[in-house]
Amino acid sequence: MKFAVINFPGSNCDMDLFYAIKDGINENVQLVDYREKSLAGFDAVMVPGGFSYGDYLRSGAIAVHAPIVKEIIRFAAEGKIVFGVCNGFQILTELNLLPGALIRNEKSRFVCDITDLTVINNQIAFTNQYQKDETIRIPVAHGEGRYYCDEKTLKEITDNNQIIFKYNDNINGSVDQIAGVTNKKGNVLGMMPHPERAIEDILGSADGLKLFQSIINEQVRVNN
Amino acid sequence: MKLVKVYVTLKKSVLDAQGEAIKSAINTMGYDKVSDVHMGKYFELSFPDDYAELEKDVDTICDDLLANPNIETYRYEIAEAE
Repeated sequence: MKFAVINFPGSNCDMDLFYAIKDGINENVQLVDYREKSLAGFDAVMVPGGFSYGDYLRSGAIAVHAPIVKEIIRFAAEGKIVFGVCNGFQILTELNLLPGALIRNEKSRFVCDITDLTVINNQIAFTNQYQKDETIRIPVAHGEGRYYCDEKTLKEITDNNQIIFKYNDNINGSVDQIAGVTNKKGNVLGMMPHPERAIEDILGSADGLKLFQSIINEQVRVNN
Repeated sequence: MKLVKVYVTLKKSVLDAQGEAIKSAINTMGYDKVSDVHMGKYFELSFPDDYAELEKDVDTICDDLLANPNIETYRYEIAEAE
């Protein structure tokens, strides 16, 4: 599989994603500048964490208007893999590719820690290597990661099994302790925690590796 | 020139964590009767006088960029620039 990692001005987790793919699952990966206009030849697109455009206006709001974004929208529509971590998650919600929004943490405090998440749905392309209800340890680092959606949306995403990860302890005040959600089709995933920083034990956890292995597994399944 | 003043605030249903922190500081200053503080954003957009469909375009700019309709509302005033 060939992965694109988008690089916006202010992205700072792009290399973490790059190495998670290159060394974690030994797949082909390339950084793609936000000014590019094509993702032809790629199978999956990763939107990294960081502070694109300095978080001006709202986290992710300016990145939505970058040239490469039309291709991210195309990937989502075509059912290809689109994954957003942290600021990447914020960008995907600003694009309305994912429901809800990420707002300032409940206690206005930046949280930087390793947290326990529960895998709520293990039936999508990003989680098929996990067990349902499995607890995984994944790092978090964000100031605006509080997931918000209205009650109607919450019911919809609950009924459609779009909630993928929840925090065991609600570290930022997220609605229903939500840490990661997918779209209706299950090909777009956004999450605040950083699985790309948890791909080998020396980093404190290797629990993020299965997320990337799941993507490969799904591709193999689809191709067969 | 037309000056469009846009105000963006969080919806009432969304907790304004910054507003809460500011309120607590105001209370600490001794103004303990201040019961609510909401923080928002203010924008000034200038347009030429003969700009066609001003309100329609300002609405689109607000909906697509200045505000996130999932969490925020906006209002604006159109004034004559000095």
